[in-house]
Amino acid sequence: MPNIQELQDLVTQVRRDILRMVHKVNSGHPGGSLGCTEFFVALYNEVMELKDGFDMDGIGEDLFFLSNGHISPVFYSVLARRGYFPVDELNTFRLIDSRLQGHPTTHEGLPGVRVASGSLGQGMSVAVGAALAKKLNGDNHLVYSLHGDGELQEGQNWEAIMYAAGNKVDNLIATIDRNGQQIDGGTEDVLPLGDVAEKFKVFGWDVMEIENGNNLEQVISGLKEAKSRTGKGKPVCVVMTTEMGNGVDFMMYTHAWHGKAPSDEQLETALAQNPETLGDY
Amino acid sequence: MTKYTDQGKQDTRSGFGAGMTELGRTNPNVVALCADLVGSLKIQTFIDENPDRFFQVGIAEANMMGIAAGLTIGGKIPFTGTFANFSTGRVYDQIRQSIAYSGKNVKICASHAGLTLGEDGATHQILEDVGMMKMLPGMTVINPCDFNQTKAATIAIAEHEGPVYLRFGRPKVANFTPVDQKFEIGKALMLNKGTDVTIIATGHLVWQSLIAAENLENQGISAEVINIHTIKPLDDEAILASVKKTGCVVTAEEHNYLGGLGESVSRVLSMSHPAPQEFVATQDTFGESGTPDQLMDKYGLNNKAIEAAVLKVLKRK
Repeated sequence: MPNIQELQDLVTQVRRDILRMVHKVNSGHPGGSLGCTEFFVALYNEVMELKDGFDMDGIGEDLFFLSNGHISPVFYSVLARRGYFPVDELNTFRLIDSRLQGHPTTHEGLPGVRVASGSLGQGMSVAVGAALAKKLNGDNHLVYSLHGDGELQEGQNWEAIMYAAGNKVDNLIATIDRNGQQIDGGTEDVLPLGDVAEKFKVFGWDVMEIENGNNLEQVISGLKEAKSRTGKGKPVCVVMTTEMGNGVDFMMYTHAWHGKAPSDEQLETALAQNPETLGDY
Repeated sequence: MTKYTDQGKQDTRSGFGAGMTELGRTNPNVVALCADLVGSLKIQTFIDENPDRFFQVGIAEANMMGIAAGLTIGGKIPFTGTFANFSTGRVYDQIRQSIAYSGKNVKICASHAGLTLGEDGATHQILEDVGMMKMLPGMTVINPCDFNQTKAATIAIAEHEGPVYLRFGRPKVANFTPVDQKFEIGKALMLNKGTDVTIIATGHLVWQSLIAAENLENQGISAEVINIHTIKPLDDEAILASVKKTGCVVTAEEHNYLGGLGESVSRVLSMSHPAPQEFVATQDTFGESGTPDQLMDKYGLNNKAIEAAVLKVLKRK
């Protein structure tokens, strides 16, 4: 197990990767990616039980599904740095003939990705299905998923949320990235989500919160706590408050960087705030 | 004229149910999902015999498609069941992203397709589903013609790796294909050899085509009848071989002429052997309430319409 400083270094390096990836192609979604960096680093390096290598069925290991596929930069960086594919391949993000499509997909066979996402609101259902398959297979491993808060405006989520509680899908941990922002503005201005935790509770989930999703230790202990709550008859929801654009001062406290790449100058400033730790790709 | 005997009218959805019963006993990876239409889909026996392999999702088709995609991760072969309308148009994006684009081994099984659902009317009758599904890259599209063929198709698609759309209907219709006929995906079936015109039919219109061919024979017209149960991938070779011989074609389907089997046949012909074609299909319209027979008559989807189309296309040769 890596120590906390090593993980913190990885967090910083992943932030650099995200910024450089979106800058190079002048497209992509840095805001949500930066906000979820601690979550991905913790999940893939400290929380999930993973086999070596990758196979689609993932029997005998934990699975992860990214529902809000637009934060692909953070997903790709963490997968690469966990060894799923060469780190240098991050160079091909969003380029023609790349396995690193704008939104994650299985279509080009990128190791670590088990379903396409990007059209929002579909990942919860897929995660529920994978969790049911684990139960049928007598596989005691868990299924994790991540969802944007704005994404909860899609009705399919609530079908899945109702199903998972009603059918005691208790090997599932769904995390909601509660950054309060979406493309057109604050979530409470665009279409109020209200009390997300309470909504999950009344649907029958076991709900817990991570107050600061950009504090690595809080994220690790929160996800471990979530893990301990599985297998008790209820699906587990983690409402995780994050700051979109975290780690780059001018990208925080706004929805402006949801889907916008930094200029050359802005990149330089942003990278200076996240000095190289493990080596750039 | 090759003779076919109706072994007793049955609904194609019951053929699906019978196929599921058999799969439940023979393939432990097959699982079934249903969106509150178990009785309509005729899968109660599968459920009774395999309760742990059945998932009742309620009236939530989008979630059903996503759960099915997820179940494939771990090696399950999910069969989803609801009406054709709710199996396609309602959940097109879920099928597109989570199943087709993701290359998931999901079998989308759609009952009550076309007009013959009858009295429920246009909200529940879908005449656009084949078009939507055949446009999805990697999707196999199958529309069997009777009980026996639907049962055989259901069993066959479990062995096929990749997403499949299986379309069948509600009313009891002639059951005339051999009970033990092997179902080969993508392989057209020659039902009657002829020389003057090719009738290419799918689903409920296959039996109607046989009746039409018999009536035409009495008028001295020799009609070749081909049963296309697989609309995608289409058996281009069988179509070309027949039309090269007869010189004209009538396509017959319980679907809009836009996007259906007829247009697929047109593509094949226009690329290598252009020939006059008439379409027995609905004419870019919604359906309405009525008995299946009334509807098929009103919308020109029966043996009389096929016969008229043949007489018309022969004049264009």
